[in-house]
Amino acid sequence: MIARMPWQSLTALLLAAIALFGLPIVASDASAVSATTLVIFALVLAGAAAPALRLSAVAEAALLFVAAHGAAWLLLAGVAGHEGDAGFAFFALVAACWLIAWRLVSVLSAMTPRSRQAGAALRLLVPAIFGAWLLILWEAITRGAGIPFILLPPPSAIGLRFANSLPILAADVNQTIFKSVVAGYAIGCGAGFAVAILADRFLFLRRGLMPIGNMVSALPIIGVAPIMVMWFGFDWHSKAAVVAIMTFFPMLVNTVAGLSASGAMERDLMRTYAAGYTQTLVKLRLPAAAPFIFNALKINSTLALIGAIVAEFFGTPVVGMGFRISTEVGRMNVDMVWAEIAAAALAGSIFYGVLALIERAVTFWHPSVRGG
Amino acid sequence: MTENTASVVSASHLGLTFETNDGPVNALSDVSLDIAKGEFVSFIGPSGCGKTTFLRVIADLEKPTSGTITVNGMTPEQAREKRAYGYVFQAAALYPWRTIERNVALPLEIMGLPAEERRARVRQTLALVNLTGFEKKFPWQLSGGMQQRASIARALAFDADLLLMDEPFGALDEIVRDHLNEQLLELWARTNKTICFVTHSIPEAVYLSTKIVVMSPRPGRVTDVIESTLPKERPLDIRETPEFLAIAARVRDGLRAGHSYED
Amino acid sequence: MTALRNTIPVLTILLAIVIGWYALTYVMNAPFQRDLDRRGGVTSTAGEFFVKTMTQPKPTLPAPHQVAQNFFENTFLRKVTSNRSLVYHAWVTLSATLLGFAFGTALGIAIAVGIVHVRTLDRSLMPWIITSQTIPILALAPMIIVVLAAIGIVGLIPKALISTYLSFFPVAVGMVKGLRSPELTHLDLMHTYHASPAQVFWKLRVPASVPFLFTSMKVAVAASLVGAIVGELPTGAVAGIGAKLLTGAYYSQTIDMFSALVAGSVVAILLVSLVGLAGRIVERSMGARPA
Repeated sequence: MIARMPWQSLTALLLAAIALFGLPIVASDASAVSATTLVIFALVLAGAAAPALRLSAVAEAALLFVAAHGAAWLLLAGVAGHEGDAGFAFFALVAACWLIAWRLVSVLSAMTPRSRQAGAALRLLVPAIFGAWLLILWEAITRGAGIPFILLPPPSAIGLRFANSLPILAADVNQTIFKSVVAGYAIGCGAGFAVAILADRFLFLRRGLMPIGNMVSALPIIGVAPIMVMWFGFDWHSKAAVVAIMTFFPMLVNTVAGLSASGAMERDLMRTYAAGYTQTLVKLRLPAAAPFIFNALKINSTLALIGAIVAEFFGTPVVGMGFRISTEVGRMNVDMVWAEIAAAALAGSIFYGVLALIERAVTFWHPSVRGG
Repeated sequence: MTENTASVVSASHLGLTFETNDGPVNALSDVSLDIAKGEFVSFIGPSGCGKTTFLRVIADLEKPTSGTITVNGMTPEQAREKRAYGYVFQAAALYPWRTIERNVALPLEIMGLPAEERRARVRQTLALVNLTGFEKKFPWQLSGGMQQRASIARALAFDADLLLMDEPFGALDEIVRDHLNEQLLELWARTNKTICFVTHSIPEAVYLSTKIVVMSPRPGRVTDVIESTLPKERPLDIRETPEFLAIAARVRDGLRAGHSYED
Repeated sequence: MTALRNTIPVLTILLAIVIGWYALTYVMNAPFQRDLDRRGGVTSTAGEFFVKTMTQPKPTLPAPHQVAQNFFENTFLRKVTSNRSLVYHAWVTLSATLLGFAFGTALGIAIAVGIVHVRTLDRSLMPWIITSQTIPILALAPMIIVVLAAIGIVGLIPKALISTYLSFFPVAVGMVKGLRSPELTHLDLMHTYHASPAQVFWKLRVPASVPFLFTSMKVAVAASLVGAIVGELPTGAVAGIGAKLLTGAYYSQTIDMFSALVAGSVVAILLVSLVGLAGRIVERSMGARPA
């Protein structure tokens, strides 16, 4: 019976037993065994014992979910206001909850739902639980161990700061993304695409540019940022210039590669129709190159954001994500820095996500899209 | 050699040498052949015998290095620019981002036909290959046999008199292949096109053709040209008749003869 | 063969770039020079004026030969321990790069092995690894440096941490692809031998993943260098290519900035070529056909 229990559950039980000897959960808490503590133990025991109950997979998952997250919620609520006072019972119980959540994710991963919607929901739920636990552990460790705020603020504090600084964040996003990134991205990708078409037309240009393009993609181009700031001034124009330079070469190299991606047979077919260069380009080679072009657009979305933010480290008007990060770091307002990074992460993910959606719509025919 | 005005394809002492890193390769050597209008000509031989290369020379996908060839009395290049032939490849080579009907419409778009006429022709040719009802499907949603039928429809769409087919059914299983062979004969009888058909299957060649060109490799050359005596009407079970087997035996002998000094 | 065929076009384009650069140098430096001449009351011929735009001490855009001269002096003529030696600065950046690259590669491989073998990790971790790369993580650089400095960790480690983060991703993704690259028939073959998971891993998955590993390591080492350079930018570091760029920007020493960029590029090309060379040697010894 015990041998058949998953190791996560057994270890969780063991940790709960250890926690019994480490009470109270919070050192400064006067009452040794409060009602909350009892509930926490009950939840952890229920979660740890769940596999032994021989429930259906869905019921077991539901029980594990409630146990792990309920207990974690109570633990975090209990430690609020007593930062740094947590005893080792706290950490043992958090670890037990985490193991129960691990067991939950294993159960969910092993499920093979019949309907497609359920499958899609599961594919989102599993990483969501993983992400949630990253935050829970972060919160528990920073609060429980009383880690200095400057070193690593708990996520709840970052969230609070984020919610309270929305106007500042919006202004920064507007400056960095809607001015610098969008302009530079459009110029860089557009120029890269245009030169790629030229290089495709003229073999000499392609032979000369491709080795250079491939080499440049390995160079630390971001180093041109201070020079661009010197040339184009502190406002967004200099950032757009950095972004344009950084995005140009990936677009060039990928588009040229994509334009030669169409098969020999397909090109022979166009030749049997006596199709001209432009017809072959528009009807065959550009559609076949679409996956490569989107790959470049996606690579560039991240590069563009990095380029704009790093370029702002070298001087900006008093707005912008890079400016905010470097000044708030200097003033040790670490929670604001994290909020800004969260905003940047959000913006980056949305940018990327939108591109991915467009890509799915445009290259629906590609095996990598229709297979997934 | 006298120029036969009735012939669709006329090759005389045709040669083609590829320069490779391992030295020159004689893909075609001294090939002379006439193909008359309305004929169904099969090219058969082991791999490397130049049958596909010869087809590609007709299509102006390769340039011969010696000899002359005319297609409809013109050079292959002129014939290609006049869109004189439809070409069917070994694989269907349909564009995955186009639906079946838009794939069939592709050559029509390139040739600049008005939308109205494109629609009518796509409908006709899809009916010809029994694909009505699959217009809106994407290639990957169809079976291999249906994809190849769509690619034949694409070759037929602009109504060229000459159809060049390079092992079009090579990748398909026997049952689908029999079925498509039957349909192809029916189509040929109905449209009265000239068909050049590359294959490595003896029964397929004998079943389909009015003329069988046997080729052998190193250098690629014609070893035998067999005129079929089978009637134009050919049910599948004609393949069990003594007449069919006699022609098949002659093809096999021709293939063996081409090989004999090799071993 | 291919290399030879490309040589003339590449040289032509490079020549065009140099000529364009000189033209741009003239255009960009001329306004300041004109202003200077007017104030100084100097009149010069077109030729003299052109030469002056090419020899300014703090030009807007330095001419190629100015950069080349500066790079040569600071690379070969100075003692490598000197604060003005580019070799010294390149070494500071390189050491952080290499340390971060080593950590990042090890971490990336470990994560890939986990993802390929543990279903739970595949379902829960892989989406986050992908998402984490849409985040402009370099934005974290100044904070990592400052925060670690606050608890007394300075110098190599913080920069190496940034490099680690930037380099683990390409390796992890490439290795997941590589470890999953064996064909089904090869896996079935191992199955008929009743091979253990460890045997399948060492005898099939690892050899199959080697080409993927080196391809992703080339990307990773370049990213690692970017991480180290950016790690030197925001905090006024005293040494390294990033610091050199920063002080150049502070004192408008454009020539210094350009030669620091050149030094960074040389380091990048060296690193990528070395990884590529190592890859070719390993693959050749494993029986790959020479390309």
